Amino acid sequence: MLAGKALMNVFRSPHYTDDIALQMDIIGVGSLPIAVLTGFFSGAVMALQMSRALSDYGQVGKTGTLVSLTLVRELGPVLTALMVAGRNSSGMASELGSMKVTEQIDAMRALGTDPIQKLVTPRLIATCTMLPLLTIIADFVGIFGGWVISYLFLHIDSRQYWSTAWRALEWNDVAQGLMKPFVFAFAIALIGCFYGLRTTGGTQGVGRATTQAMVTASILIFILTLIIAKIFVSQVAS
Amino acid sequence: MPGNNQQPVLRFDRVTVTFGDVEALSGVSFEAFEGESRVILGAAGSGKTVLLKTALGLVKPDSGEVYAFGENLAALSERQLFDIRSKIGVLFQEGALFDSLNVGENVAYPLLNQKSIHCAPQQVLPRVEEALEFVELGGTLEKFPSELSGGMRRRAAIARAVVTEPPLVLYDSPTAGLDPITAHTIIALLIKERDVKLTTTLLVTQRYQDGNLIANFRYNSKQGRLEPAGSGAGRAMRTTFMVLREGRLIFEGGQDELEQSKDSYISKFVKQRV
Repeated sequence: MLAGKALMNVFRSPHYTDDIALQMDIIGVGSLPIAVLTGFFSGAVMALQMSRALSDYGQVGKTGTLVSLTLVRELGPVLTALMVAGRNSSGMASELGSMKVTEQIDAMRALGTDPIQKLVTPRLIATCTMLPLLTIIADFVGIFGGWVISYLFLHIDSRQYWSTAWRALEWNDVAQGLMKPFVFAFAIALIGCFYGLRTTGGTQGVGRATTQAMVTASILIFILTLIIAKIFVSQVAS
Repeated sequence: MPGNNQQPVLRFDRVTVTFGDVEALSGVSFEAFEGESRVILGAAGSGKTVLLKTALGLVKPDSGEVYAFGENLAALSERQLFDIRSKIGVLFQEGALFDSLNVGENVAYPLLNQKSIHCAPQQVLPRVEEALEFVELGGTLEKFPSELSGGMRRRAAIARAVVTEPPLVLYDSPTAGLDPITAHTIIALLIKERDVKLTTTLLVTQRYQDGNLIANFRYNSKQGRLEPAGSGAGRAMRTTFMVLREGRLIFEGGQDELEQSKDSYISKFVKQRV
């Protein structure tokens, strides 16, 4: 219901461009440090762990392949989405929830604006544009993190690392890696706004809405990533 | 009664609203005419706020009909409701100012966002200033709601409610949680708004003295202060009291009738008279 209305409003005036820009700043720029950090460390730790497994087969040189594959396909999108869910889904739920319990949502309707148009749609648009961008950045930083480890501790040649990392990626991986954040963005924004808008019961309710939004968004991300991965993997098989 | 043969501004016809299995309003009927003041008394949880929200179409009645300006709200889409709502000013409990906007932007909000109100961009600021001046809050344009005191917030919210000069204004517990002096100035503002702009007023309150002021005082625009409205039939006609108890309308009538009522619930309210 909310999803439908929010989507319909994407194509309907009035557009609150100021709100979209503001949300993009909050979600995109605000989440950048955390996305970069998670990306770097997951890339680094993947390189370390994988090199141990690979050394059993004498294939430490393939570290770049594994790091870039796991990051672009799975870890980059999922970890970034989880971070953004923790930061922004809960943030939306608490902001909209506070507005709900102080009657600001009602005031908005009484003063001639549709809260879905004014609040939900800008957040949806902003998340859908910013999350894929954040994921791309996280992927790159992650591969860079893998390189740091490979170069310093595993003594893999830089050129070998980057070329294996680059060659590992196929169109399918990249498509999957960009499709996921886009879908996750819907889950994050809509879940956050949904729990926010149905908040009842004062400040306690706001706390409850915040937790529920974050938990539900995170679980949904895991379920969705499985579904998308399944679709892409069976596509390759066929 | 004045305007008995004209169309009511607001009409409730056997309106029932339920939340879950609790009846917040049950079978409430009344009519409010142009220029009339209605004071709705009731304890917490008696359905006062729900009544106002139903009048705005924010809450949909489970049965019965609400007519505002002759239109049945149930028959209107959310977009059409915006046109009706632009003719109704509303002060929510605690004000409900937008935290993210400063006072000037808050007051400008209805001017900029209500489609049926055509306000030229260069007219917005003067009108906002005028509305803030009206509530004696000039010079707070740049302040954020969190920087204001409770009474100032309430006044800014009144400015936002009346900036579009709506013919009908609803006030939800405008004096709740305020000290008696601030409460008095708020009610004085309501009387000023009513008598200067000639609006129909619906006031929901827990305090009988608010209603008493509304019924017995009028604003003298020459001297800029309140004065007794004078005795006799003139005042009782303009103000009607309603008492809500657990969603039911148990009293409707003038102040004298209210004070003579033997009902223990009603006399509990009236005893507060100062």
